[in-house]
Amino acid sequence: MSTLLKVDSLGIQFGGLKAVQNVNMYMENGELIGLIGPNGAGKTTTFNMLTGVYAPTEGTITFAGKQIQGLDPYKVTRGGISRTFQNIRLFKELSVLDNVKVANHSLANHNILSSIFRLPKHFSGEAKMEEESLAFLKIFGLDVYKDELSKNLPYGMQRRLEIARALAAGPKLLLLDEPAAGMNPQETKELMDLIAFIRKEFDLTILLIEHDMNLVMGICERIYVLDHGQLIAEGTPAEIRSNPKVIEAYLGEEVAD
Amino acid sequence: MKKSKVFWGYAIIALVLYAVVQTLISFGMVNTHYQNMLITMCINVMLAVSLHLVIGVTGQFSIGHAGFLAVGAYISAICTMKLGMPFSMAILAGAVVAMLAGLLVGIPSLRLRGDYLAIATLGFAEIIRIVFLNIDYVGGAAGMQVTHQSTWTYAFVGTAITILIISNFTNSRHGRACIAIREDEIAADAMGINTTYYKVAAFAVGSFFAGVAGAIYAHNFYIIQPTAFGFLKSFDILILVVLGGLGSLSGAVLAAIFLTFVSTYLQAFPETRMIIYSLVLILVMLYRPTGLLGTKEITDLFKFRKKGGTKV
Repeated sequence: MSTLLKVDSLGIQFGGLKAVQNVNMYMENGELIGLIGPNGAGKTTTFNMLTGVYAPTEGTITFAGKQIQGLDPYKVTRGGISRTFQNIRLFKELSVLDNVKVANHSLANHNILSSIFRLPKHFSGEAKMEEESLAFLKIFGLDVYKDELSKNLPYGMQRRLEIARALAAGPKLLLLDEPAAGMNPQETKELMDLIAFIRKEFDLTILLIEHDMNLVMGICERIYVLDHGQLIAEGTPAEIRSNPKVIEAYLGEEVAD
Repeated sequence: MKKSKVFWGYAIIALVLYAVVQTLISFGMVNTHYQNMLITMCINVMLAVSLHLVIGVTGQFSIGHAGFLAVGAYISAICTMKLGMPFSMAILAGAVVAMLAGLLVGIPSLRLRGDYLAIATLGFAEIIRIVFLNIDYVGGAAGMQVTHQSTWTYAFVGTAITILIISNFTNSRHGRACIAIREDEIAADAMGINTTYYKVAAFAVGSFFAGVAGAIYAHNFYIIQPTAFGFLKSFDILILVVLGGLGSLSGAVLAAIFLTFVSTYLQAFPETRMIIYSLVLILVMLYRPTGLLGTKEITDLFKFRKKGGTKV
């Protein structure tokens, strides 16, 4: 195994507020890692730095041997990191199929002129996009809805579509921001199976933010815990479960009597 | 296979439409008043469709479209009147320079969003107008004499090419990228789309066809003056796009045709013309708040009947 992602003393400051500071993480190829912490701990902020939405004010992010901190989000995505969003951000007025095609965009290479003049390259390029995008929809059981506007999908399906879309961008590292939020236990169970399946099928490394402890403890190999913008613990699910600092962060300090 | 059949279907309809009108004109059955209306209609369709690409497809609220119309008009007029170039070359020159102006304006201002972008584009359009106002070479405030060279053929071919290219652009991975930017710029960026590139590209293509419209406009009215390209003209174009339904190309075309009819027939009532025009706009917005066609295309109406769509 080799290290895919290495985060060194990462931090970001918004004005006087240090939202995240001194975060050190690493991920080996093929690992499935959880990132947990109470609300406002800085989990999504960390995601945003990893994907280029925010430029960190300190520290470095090394992905597949290259430093990527501060790159534009689209460059990070093309480099092999793709993500889903905590609050679903589908392209609402586009069909389910087109949502996936948008993510497939950077893997196609027919240029604007070939599309404007409808050159042969346009048709072969679009056909390939259609085929690849349909394949992703099939895996997620969404192919029956392919012509439906994505805003009309039921909630659970929208969450699945977000993951399908993220996969279509061709990532090596997939970041899932609360994929099970708002799902019932049955849907969560199916989602866990699905994550395990795509991880194997696409040889993915996955970093997961989640509040559903059953899900996190059930499938993650290692877990990082953030609180008040700092890492307070890391380790296997069993270690995290019995770590006094983690218990304190979630449940509060024990009252000395 | 099926798609190319649809394309040839449209091509035949367009050809028939062109031939019928051209025959009527050459037999002298359409007087100059109506010929003028037809050419104005084509100009408005080109303007509406090119702005539709920027606002309706890419979601960038630009209200400086008249600036690029002015560039196309003045550059093409200089080409024919001062440099003695043929009209077709002048149209191309006007369009290319308008596109360059679009790039020049778009690259800095498309970093802005929403209201700020609107104000910036409005400002740039005013700058373009004032530049022409102060250049004596093109007549300054008095305007520039231009010979009448626009014909139904030029106007129609220009319109057909505008619609064809903008619909080809929209129905490709590039157009999807633009729509994704309109729907959610952060998500589009996160999916690997170079959002700045596509915003500027859409803006440049839109400016190009505003330039074509400008060239045909300049050679239709004998004279061009900077006052014709003020911000009211930009709003007129914006109205066409909004009235047609943001995001609908056929809506923009229909709105442009409809409003050209309305304003031409209202010329008979000069006193109440603007009141009636405004009332028409208010009524449409009251009863069709999403525009004539919403985000749908005319072609969707036929498609829906065949497939029925999937139910969720």
